[in-house]
Amino acid sequence: MERIYLDNAATTRVRPEVAAEVMPIMTETYGNASSVHAFGREAKKALEKARTQVAAAIGAKKEEIFFTAGGSESDNWALKGAAHQLRAKGNHIITTAIEHHAILHTCKALEKEGFVVTYLPVDEYGLVTPEQVEAAITPQTILVSIMMANNEIGTIEPIAEIGAVCKKHGVLFHTDAVQAIGHVPVDVKAMNVDMLSMSGHKFYAPKGVGALYVRTGVRLENLIEGGAQERSRRAGTENLPAIVGMGKAIELITAEQEAENVRLTALRDRLIQGVLEKIPDSRLNGHPTRRLPGNVNISIRFIEGESLLLSLDMVGIAGSSGSACTSGSLDPSHVLLAIGLPHEIAHGSLRLTLGRDNTEQDVDYVLEQLPKIVERLRSMSPLYADYVSNKQ
Amino acid sequence: MYSEKVMDHFTNPRNVGEIENADGVGTVGNPKCGDIMRIFLKIDDGIITDVKFKTFGCGAAIATSSMATEMVKGKSIEDALKLTNKAVAEALDGLPAVKMHCSLLAEQALKEALEDYFNKNNIPLPEGFTKPDVEHDED
Ligand SMILES: [Zn+2]
Repeated sequence: MERIYLDNAATTRVRPEVAAEVMPIMTETYGNASSVHAFGREAKKALEKARTQVAAAIGAKKEEIFFTAGGSESDNWALKGAAHQLRAKGNHIITTAIEHHAILHTCKALEKEGFVVTYLPVDEYGLVTPEQVEAAITPQTILVSIMMANNEIGTIEPIAEIGAVCKKHGVLFHTDAVQAIGHVPVDVKAMNVDMLSMSGHKFYAPKGVGALYVRTGVRLENLIEGGAQERSRRAGTENLPAIVGMGKAIELITAEQEAENVRLTALRDRLIQGVLEKIPDSRLNGHPTRRLPGNVNISIRFIEGESLLLSLDMVGIAGSSGSACTSGSLDPSHVLLAIGLPHEIAHGSLRLTLGRDNTEQDVDYVLEQLPKIVERLRSMSPLYADYVSNKQ
Repeated sequence: MYSEKVMDHFTNPRNVGEIENADGVGTVGNPKCGDIMRIFLKIDDGIITDVKFKTFGCGAAIATSSMATEMVKGKSIEDALKLTNKAVAEALDGLPAVKMHCSLLAEQALKEALEDYFNKNNIPLPEGFTKPDVEHDED
């Protein structure tokens, strides 16, 4: 059976060129980058090369990049570190209702410590405006954290404009760019971003590595205490194989970004148009154009997301859903609810995220299989039966 | 995460459909996870001679709907009332812990349909008749 991976927003396949760079770091350049001997010095050199690669991809200086264990750690560090550092200055944090749980749950934890968090609502496309941010800023505001692109619906937020607002008011600005890196051109200086989170495995690097960009001069309380790694700001022996992989991967994806975005956007729009044409009572979630080039998120009425995913899996198609029953939690995706979808439509959402391995044939295969699956599930759905009888 | 039996009942659900002029119909929605099930019963002389269902829901909800209809088809009302979600889950070789609440749907829909049958035929509810309360289930 054909197997088609359309869950690139969950994680990606490490690309061969990256794996080839990672391998010798495990078997040859295995020294501890903190050691003084030759093994250590070689490791240190590889570490700093990766730092330069990451910095170059986002317009940062090398010293502004700190390696972490992934996007969640970067988010936790940025928020907790900034909040604790600036506690004497104020207690107010601004974010949005559609952030990743690494942000939202960290905000909840900070609320328990006495911080006050504003969760800005978004419009039907998942967009937040700089005006909303400006209106929410108070003399107590110490931090704004807004994602660059949403992981579920792919909406790209106006980060540069929000950055300008934050700069004007002297408020620290963090962006969770985990989904954006590699797909959206990023220049932290031009965008007035003070902190930025990224995660390697979203752009064809290994899992378990990420980075936090921290603008020179921004002070953060440490999250992980211990040794003097990362200039004493993030302890722990560096995960060098993964870090080197991330450096290579970000260099490659940045160089290819323009051409690959054109290719992915065409595939994405072919898939979106095909689904909307072939499946009645389906809708696109997120913005039609201000969206990640590989993101497709649709709601298919009268069917539930998990049974849709299981059915797709049986024909070799790997996707994901915002349905409650896929997550183990009891509510459907907070993002889909935030853009105004009623529960039963949010339950029937399907996210297909394209990546560098996907082709037009993959899209066509989905367009061939999906309508059959939807028809079968609808024929079993009491909601569809009611809809049809009401229509008559 | 699902057993082979669950996947079998999900892929080839038994008794999908509707019964026209059914003797009892029950529709229940599980507000926790968005699963909705409707069950149709044909009852002759206290025996469930036919049963059909339609379900909007996850794999567990569809599989338990299918299995539950198989388990009560041909049974007496008395026996059908003894059906529990745990028995249905066991017959499916178990469900993941987070999915146990989905299996309540079938038990609840069946009891709803039987209640509908009792009411339509002016039969007093049997002693001890209860319907599981999905919202307060702690499985
Ligand atoms: Zn369920």
